[in-house]
Amino acid sequence: THTEEEENKMARQRNREIVPGVNRFSRSQMYKRSGRKYLKNKKETPKTEKPVRKASRFYSVDNISKPLKAVHVHKPTALRRSIRPGTVLIVLTGPYRGNHVVFLKQLESGLLLVTGPYAFNGVPLRRINQVHVIATSTKVDISGVSLDSVKDELFIKPKTKAPKKKTEAGFFKNEQKKEKTGVSDEFKKLQKEVDSKIVAAAKKTDSLLPAYLRSKFSLSKGQYPHLMNF
Amino acid sequence: GQPVRLYVKGALVGYKGSKVNQYHHTSLVKVQGLADSKDGDFYLGKRVAYVYKGKNSKRNPRTGEQSNLRVIWGRVTRTHGRSGVVRAKFRSNLPPKSLGGTVRIMLY
Repeated sequence: THTEEEENKMARQRNREIVPGVNRFSRSQMYKRSGRKYLKNKKETPKTEKPVRKASRFYSVDNISKPLKAVHVHKPTALRRSIRPGTVLIVLTGPYRGNHVVFLKQLESGLLLVTGPYAFNGVPLRRINQVHVIATSTKVDISGVSLDSVKDELFIKPKTKAPKKKTEAGFFKNEQKKEKTGVSDEFKKLQKEVDSKIVAAAKKTDSLLPAYLRSKFSLSKGQYPHLMNF
Repeated sequence: GQPVRLYVKGALVGYKGSKVNQYHHTSLVKVQGLADSKDGDFYLGKRVAYVYKGKNSKRNPRTGEQSNLRVIWGRVTRTHGRSGVVRAKFRSNLPPKSLGGTVRIMLY
């Protein structure tokens, strides 16, 4: 509940207040702790510039309440211990449900960056929430893959506002305007770049791993997840 | 491709109740394959879907398709007893005709 500044200040302080008026270390103890005892010139004090406070020209009559300082720091969601770069995950929701995918890294938003790889199961570089995933114990070595360029912004499509007025002329205009928003060439290039190394790593890890990544997870009769080790 | 089942089937056994009362806000679900409450901890918090068909086809707000299928979503709240029954609460209480029907316990 402290700002970084306050925390740094507290970390530098040698003494602390237990109760107002009572400090953890007494005056003589502080004399030793602050190092003043070992100073050659004991009259010297460290020079600190105190901010000069000007008397304000205006004092408000009403009690204006200030809103409390917002100290919330955004952190990405804590990653499950079972999910580490290279872990094979089972996707539970969305168009790729049931697919086995390779976890690459956690993005700043907290979402997981995964890839099929595309060549194996058609799953592209994609973001997915940790909650919608089961982690398996299978791992692929992705230490050689550089993912620094992949960020959340890559996946956020700019929203195109639908025109409000519906006139006849406008109707025909819109039909012309509708362009197919496919995947950009840069994205495809990035996909290939990332996937080539993962495909190689998968083949190296296990001969059956490519087939595993191509397969889909499904529950059948007699299979119960609470009795399964993933 | 082939459809995948990524949920566990459960039977809607009834509503939570006492000797003289029934509390419709909580349904009881017998999870297939679950024999004791210790294993039931796996399902705590998992989402549950009661899927049913309506007479009129309605538009699915997410996919935009017209469909007769409808869902009432809920979550597994806690285990119930020692034999693999689990309590679930839904966004709206389940209708009495759902008793004896199937419910899908998702893995998320």
